[in-house]
Amino acid sequence: MRYAETGFNLEIDLTRGNIEKEATDPELTEIYMGGQGTAAKILWDRVGPEVEPFSPDNLLIFSTGLLNGTPVIGANRTSVDTFSPQTDRYSHSLFGGFFGPELKHAGYDKIIFRGKARDLVYLYIHNDRVELRDAVHLKGKGAIETAHLLKEELKLPEAQVAAIGLAGENRVYMATIEHANSSASRGVGVIMGDKKLKAIVVRGTKNIHMARPEALFELIRPMYKQIHDRKDCGDPMSHEDDEAFHVDNFAWGNARKRIKGYWNKEKEARWKALSDQVRNRWTSCYNCPKDCHQSISFPGQPTYFQKCYSKLTYAMAAYEELDFNYDILGVTQQYGLDGFSTPQVLAFAVELYGAGILTDADLPGFPETSRERFFYLVEKIVHREGVGDALADGVYHAARRIGKGAEAYDHNSMKKFEQVPLKLGMVNFPYFLMYATGEKMNITQIEGSYPQVAISDKIERKKFVDNWDAAPERFKKWYMEWEPQTHPSIEACVNICDWNEIMHYIDDSIGTCAWLSSFRGQFGGRPPYHIFNLPQFISLATGMDLDSDALWKKAARNRNLVRAINIRKGLRRADEKPPEDHWKKRDPEMEKKMLDAYYEFKGWNNEGIPTRKKLDELGLGFVSEDFLKRGILMENEETPLAEDDAK
Amino acid sequence: MKKRLWQKTMQNKGETAVEEKVKTKIVKQIKVDIDKCTGCRACELACSAFHARPRYSSVNPAGSRIRVMIDELKDAYVPVRAGYYTPAECTGRYTYAIGSKEYRECGFCRVACPSRGYFKDPSSHLPLRCDMCESDPPLETPWCVTVCGSGALTYEERESKVTEEQVNPEEIDIGLESLAGRYGMQAIMDTVARMSKTYPKKISWTPNFREKK
Repeated sequence: MRYAETGFNLEIDLTRGNIEKEATDPELTEIYMGGQGTAAKILWDRVGPEVEPFSPDNLLIFSTGLLNGTPVIGANRTSVDTFSPQTDRYSHSLFGGFFGPELKHAGYDKIIFRGKARDLVYLYIHNDRVELRDAVHLKGKGAIETAHLLKEELKLPEAQVAAIGLAGENRVYMATIEHANSSASRGVGVIMGDKKLKAIVVRGTKNIHMARPEALFELIRPMYKQIHDRKDCGDPMSHEDDEAFHVDNFAWGNARKRIKGYWNKEKEARWKALSDQVRNRWTSCYNCPKDCHQSISFPGQPTYFQKCYSKLTYAMAAYEELDFNYDILGVTQQYGLDGFSTPQVLAFAVELYGAGILTDADLPGFPETSRERFFYLVEKIVHREGVGDALADGVYHAARRIGKGAEAYDHNSMKKFEQVPLKLGMVNFPYFLMYATGEKMNITQIEGSYPQVAISDKIERKKFVDNWDAAPERFKKWYMEWEPQTHPSIEACVNICDWNEIMHYIDDSIGTCAWLSSFRGQFGGRPPYHIFNLPQFISLATGMDLDSDALWKKAARNRNLVRAINIRKGLRRADEKPPEDHWKKRDPEMEKKMLDAYYEFKGWNNEGIPTRKKLDELGLGFVSEDFLKRGILMENEETPLAEDDAK
Repeated sequence: MKKRLWQKTMQNKGETAVEEKVKTKIVKQIKVDIDKCTGCRACELACSAFHARPRYSSVNPAGSRIRVMIDELKDAYVPVRAGYYTPAECTGRYTYAIGSKEYRECGFCRVACPSRGYFKDPSSHLPLRCDMCESDPPLETPWCVTVCGSGALTYEERESKVTEEQVNPEEIDIGLESLAGRYGMQAIMDTVARMSKTYPKKISWTPNFREKK
C-alpha cells in the first residue's frame, strides 16, 4: 500500500482525447518526494529544450503535494509546472484551497496534460470516471463563474474546480488558474489556455491512508489551536489595517516612486471602514486554521476572493486608493489575471502613453483618469485588442514589440518577468543572490527563513535566538553577529540564500503552505514547520525514513534538477542579475564575489551550471550525462564559452 | 386480607404513588456560529479519521459525519452534523433569508436522505450519524471541535434538570402482596431467587443486539 499518495497519475492527451491512468514508481517518491519535485523529473524526461512552450509537446502538470490530503495542517497546495512563453523557461506556481486533497481522494497524485484540444474542453474527474467534455458553452465565462456553472450543471456542489478566465483563453501571459480562494500565476494559465483546457472538475470520495496515523493525529491535535492563535504564522497582512509597510516602502506606478509618509491615521480609519464594509468574511484553505483570504463583495462586482498583497497592487500601480483596488479585482479575478504582474503591465502602458510612445492612435478614447485607464487597458489586454495584444505578452516582450524607446521603461523585470515593485537604497547581498539565482520568478517564492532585519536590542536579539527552533546553529551565530546597517559575510550570505530557497523547495514538493513554513520565518522566526520538525510529519504520513539532513538533500536535489532544466533551456550566468534599478547603490565587485562564492557553495561552475561532481553526488547522474553529451559541461567541469563570448 | 389490600390501594390513590425526583443530567452539545466558520473543513477530515476502522487509519471527508455546506457566491458556510436517516426524498424547495443572506433548506438539514450524497458511507452507502465522538476513554471534546481554530464549533456541556421517576417502595409492597395472596409467599420467594441468578442476562429490557447470535 502507498501511504499519503495514491500511486497513480492521469495522463491526458488533449489532441487525441486519450485518457490513461498510470501507476507510478514508488522510488520516485523516495527521491523527489512529490509536487514540484516529481513534476520537475517528468519535465526533464519528457520535454526537451527544443520544445517551444506553445508546442503541443509542452506538458502542463498539476501535482498534489506529497502530504496533500493527509491530516498535516496546511498541506493543501497544488503545484502547476510547465514551460512559460514569457520566459521560455521552467514555469512553476502553486495554489492553495481544496483542489490537491480532492484530487488525491479521487485517486490521483498528478494530472499530466499534453497536446492541444481542438476546441474548448474541460476535464471531469469523479473517482474512476474521467472524461474530457465539451466546454464551448463556457467560452468567455469568468473563472469563478465557470466553477459555479460547472458545479451546478453537474449537480456536484462539493466538487473542486480549477478554471481559467478570458485571459487564459486568449493566451495572455499574466493569466492565472483560479480555484476557490486561490490562484496559480507566473505563466501557467496561458498554457492551460493554449491547450484549450477551460477547467478541471474533480470530485473524490476515496480513502487516503497514512503510515502511522495515530501518532500523526496525536502530534497535530494541539496544533490547530496553536497555529490559529499564533501571530507569527499565516499571512502577516491579513487582518491588518495598518498598510504602512507596503504603501510607504513599496514603489508606486510602474515601480517608480516611493511615497514616504503616505500613510496616516485618517487613511487607516477610512480604509479599514471600507474593508469591513465589503468583506463577507475571512476564509481558509483546506485543513488550515489560518484565514488568510477575504471573501469580498464590492458593489457592482460579483463575489471574489482577495489574498495577500493583491489588496494594494492595483491601487499603488495606478496611484489610486483601496476602493479602486477592490473594484478592479472584481473584474480581474473573473478574467483570471495575476494580481502581481498585471498591475505592472498596466502602469507600464500608462507610462508609455505619458511619454508619447503610445498615442491616441494606439489607445483610441483613452480615458483621463488613472482609474478608468486601468479598466480600459484590462479590456484591451484580455481581448488582445490593438496594443493590448503586445501588452498581453508582459512588460518585457511588450516593450520590444512596441519599440520606439519603450525598452527603457522595462526596468523592473528580471529574466523577462515582472518583479515586485521595490526600489531600495543599498544593495542587500543575500537578496542580490536570491534575485539573481532564484528560479521561482518572484522573490516571495525564494525569501523567507532568515530575518530581513536584525533586532537592534542585543538582549532582545539573544532572546529571539534562544527560541529560534527553526534555525540551524550556524545562522544563530551569524544573526547574533549582525550589526544593523552592515552586510553579513560572504559565507553568511550564501548560506542565507541557500537556506531560504531550500525551505521553499521542501514546501513545494510536500504541499505545505509557505505561510506556515518557508516564507514565514523571516517575520518572527517561529514558523510551525521547519527543517527540524518536518521530517517527523513526512515520516508519520508516508512511512519514509527521514531526518533533517536527508530532507535537505532531497530539496537540494529538486533545486538542482529545476536548475538543470533551465540550464538546458539556455540559462547562464549572464541572465542572473536583479532588475537594474532595484537598488540605488550597487557594488559590482562585491556582487561578482558573492555570485562566485554562491556558485562554488552550490557546486555549480562559473557559469552557474551544476557540476558533474555535484549532480552525481545528488543522484542526478542522468543530468550530468546529458550535459556532457550536449556539451553544456566539459570533462573538466567547465562550460564552453558561448560564441558571442569567444569573439 | 383481600379487603385490606383493596383499601390500601384506594387510600394511595389520592397521594402520589410515584415520587418525582429532580436530577441534574449533563447534556453534550455543539454550538455552531456560522459567522465564524472559515470553510477549512478540518472538522470533516478529523471526523472521518476518528470514525475510520481501525480508528484514524484513513481520512475521507466524503464519509464525515459533519459537513460544511459552502456556497461561496452567497457567502454561506454552514457546518452541519449528521442526524437521522430517512428513506423519504424531500423537495427541498425552502429558502431561508437570514440577515442579508439566503440559505437553501438543504444547507441546514442534518438528515441522511436519498436526495443528496451527504452523511452516507462512501463505500457502503449506509447512513452515518454524529455520535459526538463517544469513546472510552472519552475525548475532551469531539474532534470537529478540537480542530476548529476559528471557534465556529464550540463544545458545551449543558446541565439539564430532568425529572426521574422514583418508584415508591410501598408500591412494590402492594404488588408483591397481591401476588403472594394469589400464589403464596413461598412461590414468590422461589421465583425471585431463580430470577436473580440469571439477571440481568435474561431479563434485560435494554435490547442488546450483540448478544443475539
